[in-house]
Amino acid sequence: MKLFTEKIDTGISVKRKENTDVQKLHCSKCGKDIIADIVHANDSICPYCGALFRQPAYKRIEMIVDSGSFIEIEREAESKDPLSFPGYKTKIANEKTKSKLQEGVVIGKATIKGVRTALAVMDSYFMMGSMGTVVGEKIVIITEFATLNRLPLIIFCASGGARMQEGILSLLQMSRTTIALAQHGEQQLLHVNVLTHPTTGGVTASFAMQGDITIAEPGALIGFAGPRVIQQTVKDELPEGFQTAEYLYEHGLIDRIVDRRGLRDTLADVLALHVRPETQNVKTLIKEKVDDVFKRS
Amino acid sequence: MSLNEADQNTVEKSWQKVLSARKENRPQARDYIEKLFSGVFEVKGDRCFGDDESIITAISWFEGWPVTVIGQQKGHTLEERMRCNFGMPHPEGYRKSMRALAQAEKFGRPVICFVDTPGAFPGVEAEARGQGLVIAEHLKAMATVKTPVISIIIGEGGSGGALALSLADRLIMMENSYFSVISPEGCASILYKDSSMAEEAAENLKLTAEDLRRFNIVDCVIQEPKGFDRFHMDKSVTDIRREISQSLNRLMRVPADRIVEKRREKFLGMRGL
Repeated sequence: MKLFTEKIDTGISVKRKENTDVQKLHCSKCGKDIIADIVHANDSICPYCGALFRQPAYKRIEMIVDSGSFIEIEREAESKDPLSFPGYKTKIANEKTKSKLQEGVVIGKATIKGVRTALAVMDSYFMMGSMGTVVGEKIVIITEFATLNRLPLIIFCASGGARMQEGILSLLQMSRTTIALAQHGEQQLLHVNVLTHPTTGGVTASFAMQGDITIAEPGALIGFAGPRVIQQTVKDELPEGFQTAEYLYEHGLIDRIVDRRGLRDTLADVLALHVRPETQNVKTLIKEKVDDVFKRS
Repeated sequence: MSLNEADQNTVEKSWQKVLSARKENRPQARDYIEKLFSGVFEVKGDRCFGDDESIITAISWFEGWPVTVIGQQKGHTLEERMRCNFGMPHPEGYRKSMRALAQAEKFGRPVICFVDTPGAFPGVEAEARGQGLVIAEHLKAMATVKTPVISIIIGEGGSGGALALSLADRLIMMENSYFSVISPEGCASILYKDSSMAEEAAENLKLTAEDLRRFNIVDCVIQEPKGFDRFHMDKSVTDIRREISQSLNRLMRVPADRIVEKRREKFLGMRGL
């Protein structure tokens, strides 16, 4: 009997909690507060004004890859506290609960319109996608995986930069990811970056800017130093649209700006353009790709 | 607060190192170059935009070896500091440095870097010319250059702008220099919303030579005797010369292809998971 009551109690309390504790996101463009689940069900795009919200990694993967093709690697890797930085362990625990993720990047392999690729997707809902040892290591692991299996690598970047709480060890990840990617490139394999809001600091100054092809989402903040730091240094108004994807495009730093819903098609096209003749079934594959491109244009 | 008081407290100890690394009379890249190398031929300009004086690139002699020298320079006098942008490089500085790396590889010269910057310059123009991109490219150039690279952190190792010159086969650090992901003031203002808590942040960031040696990120720490400054640096210069000489003797025997492989193994081996 006791057990039975407990069960009912738990059920109700969970339900109540869900009702009172609905997570809402604030749209900075139209000012509306919208239930997070509704936003994310709409590809993390504001249903009222079309502004882009930051997209959780798994939602992103769902949108981009062929249904059911994604296989995750190193899902359980989690951050230790190598510097014994005050408050860091608690912070990590909170971030895990809040984001339902183990760390700020999800890695794995998948196919996009039939072409196999390695994939890393950063998630800015986990400590603003900051890069500590685990994020760095996971980028290294997926890069080495891609090199060994002769796969292209697509990285969706979203990061506030290197993670302060892991100090110099975070900074070191810039060197490590660079070295792993250099080896991938030496094997004549493709590396595509998709820069999403925000891509800054140590991530911009390492792998985010080392791709063969660099695509960005509209309006994404992309830069090395943060706008606040720059403003404090120059003590002047920053130019309009400074450090947006559009600004970088104008300055010749990225190849193309692609709307979120067009990314799957664009990435499939880019992957197809880099398929090597020695790849299996290449003729049928290429024919399908070409047909697909013509159908859309 | 006197220095002696500070020594009694570890929190202030890290902070004292930060302050010491920033001292005006601390030896800078140009001081070391003058003492360590002869026949210095300075290479100027990035062949693209301009010449950035916060990064010196030069070819010179070190004990019978022609070497490439890359050094971040802050400047001692106000006038020099302004010309050097207080040691904060713009993209053209890193591009010039990449030229030097390419030529070092071409002519089989080892590279010796002196790291001393509060950080790459955070400015509108720097961003427009791709500050993040050039640091990324510079890291890649350091990762793949087929010649030995030795880096010495002589003062401030400020974030990505310093890291760009630190991806080396052998990383040496002066006793009272620091190397950090962010300045203690920046860390304090983000974490504690109070930049006056920089002393505490400095301790938490584990940014001293001693800390980095413990993490095995730094291979060797050079001691600084009491009263060490640019007029009293000979003892440390002797130690640095010996360290460079020993490292070069070892590294110059490694075939060019193998040196890159060894560098890769060194960095990818730092798994830390």
